[in-house]
Amino acid sequence: MHYSPAPLHIPDGFLNLIVALVFWALTALAVGLAISKTNRSLGEKQVPLMGIMAAFIFAAQMLNFPVAGGTSGHFLGGALAAIVLGPWAGILVMTAVIAVQGLLFQDGGLLAMGANIFNMGILTAVIGFGLYRGVSAARNKTLRLAAAGVGAWLSTVAAALLTALQLWISGTSSLKLVIPAMLGVHALIGLGETLVTVTALAFILQTRPDLLEFDKVAEKGGRGWILAGVLVSLAAVILSPLASANPDGLERVAGQMGFLQLGRRAPFQILPNYTLPLLGATPLSTVVAGAVGLLVVLGLVILLGSLLRRRGK
Amino acid sequence: MHADAFDRYYAADSFLHRLDPRVKVVTVVLFILSNALLPDGAWAAFGLTWIFLLAANSAARLGVDFTFRRSFVALPFALVAVSAIFSPSGQPLAHWTLGSFQLTPTDEGLIRFGSILLRTWLSVQAGLLLVAVTQFPDLIHALEHLRIPAVLTTIIAFLYRYLFVLTDEVLRLLRAREARSAALPGLKSGRTVFWRARVAGNMAGQLFLRSYERSDRIYNAMLARGYSGQMRTLRAHLITRRDGTFLAASIVALLFVQLIGRIG
Repeated sequence: MHYSPAPLHIPDGFLNLIVALVFWALTALAVGLAISKTNRSLGEKQVPLMGIMAAFIFAAQMLNFPVAGGTSGHFLGGALAAIVLGPWAGILVMTAVIAVQGLLFQDGGLLAMGANIFNMGILTAVIGFGLYRGVSAARNKTLRLAAAGVGAWLSTVAAALLTALQLWISGTSSLKLVIPAMLGVHALIGLGETLVTVTALAFILQTRPDLLEFDKVAEKGGRGWILAGVLVSLAAVILSPLASANPDGLERVAGQMGFLQLGRRAPFQILPNYTLPLLGATPLSTVVAGAVGLLVVLGLVILLGSLLRRRGK
Repeated sequence: MHADAFDRYYAADSFLHRLDPRVKVVTVVLFILSNALLPDGAWAAFGLTWIFLLAANSAARLGVDFTFRRSFVALPFALVAVSAIFSPSGQPLAHWTLGSFQLTPTDEGLIRFGSILLRTWLSVQAGLLLVAVTQFPDLIHALEHLRIPAVLTTIIAFLYRYLFVLTDEVLRLLRAREARSAALPGLKSGRTVFWRARVAGNMAGQLFLRSYERSDRIYNAMLARGYSGQMRTLRAHLITRRDGTFLAASIVALLFVQLIGRIG
């Protein structure tokens, strides 16, 4: 079966290890929360539902429509999943989709998967659901659809912005080139996302309005989501033009905050320049520093092994 | 469409196929971690890593160039790393003027770009080999053993199980759209892009409803067969001495690579 990679999946090798691990930690936290929340609200029924919904998002990404000159619009689905299923279930569904894309199709890396899930699953859920939740009490259908449309566009652009920032902090791309390129492309892709999301939602509102009743939506995510959605959207709206108009300024601010050094420095540089300060810059020092690093890795591996064995028994 | 339409498993009887999936997953993660830890420009270490990869390829009995031939999937993404060539630090190699842009490739930038590409290229191949020698349900089971929450692994298992069913649904929707969209050769068919996107949106909505209702039917069928929120498997995973030896050997090999990368 033909499977075409989507443009936001970061492969391994493009992200600095620290950036990758930080986003893995954030993602693990959010996914853990999502698991406990959906467990409470849906019970055992959640698993088949979310599994099929994940397959739905995956399959819906094949519904491309011709745009112009041989290119075609694609559908990412993060915002739609969060609006219809609720933010927590939406996060789990997108996590499963991105995990399979990375594991089975090598579309997006394993170390980079934390960042990919964060950008395309969590960020899109916060923006998509947050904005929709803000107007979910409105009787006016057009208003609700408009909010969903804005959420879909903004979530695509925000995901592109965060991807660009991650690549820049990792020292992979220069801000001056990656920001306008990513934002420009995804501002257009986002329009397709908006159209598909709004039409699909209108279709669901017409055929199964019970799924999107106010009580049901409110039950899936409280008012906190509105605040989170609006704040994240504002951050994206303010940061995008700022970053594309004045990348040098952003770079300077990040440099002053010591933010850039953190990302560029690899974790093995706990031992600066692969030498031990104590021994000075001698070949011996390099070898000893290497040995220390190896021992740390070995310790981690042994720890992992013992965990494994305990599980095996 | 057949149930294994999305499968990336290549059946063969080899040492790698028989290894415990947990060991394979851990080795691949360590392999990718090792690539991420190698400093820029550690060409000898990257080369050595590739030699290990080729050895693994031949141990899988799928042909030495098995992963090489499939390894270019991540290449389009390399575009975003191109700007690394024009890194501000390092010796400038040339000056190009493109409109209002001043481009100055530097030696350091070039080394960085090459290293990023090599890391990606090697890591992608490890992933390719993993899914080629491990059946996907086994892989998911291994993830569960490795402490990925059961809810998540079960959702992934469902996604995998029903992906081809929903893809069939998509193909039916696409065929129906084709059938409705008659076009004369040389004449533009359909209306504006907006109209086309709306058609795609209606199809997505339709697909959503069919999937949603199908999940209800599946859940009821599972309840009828005694589903209690837990997935069961018939295939027990046992770690043998051979698995342990393989893991230890891979770790030693990767540590050696790191050492070469640091000293060289």
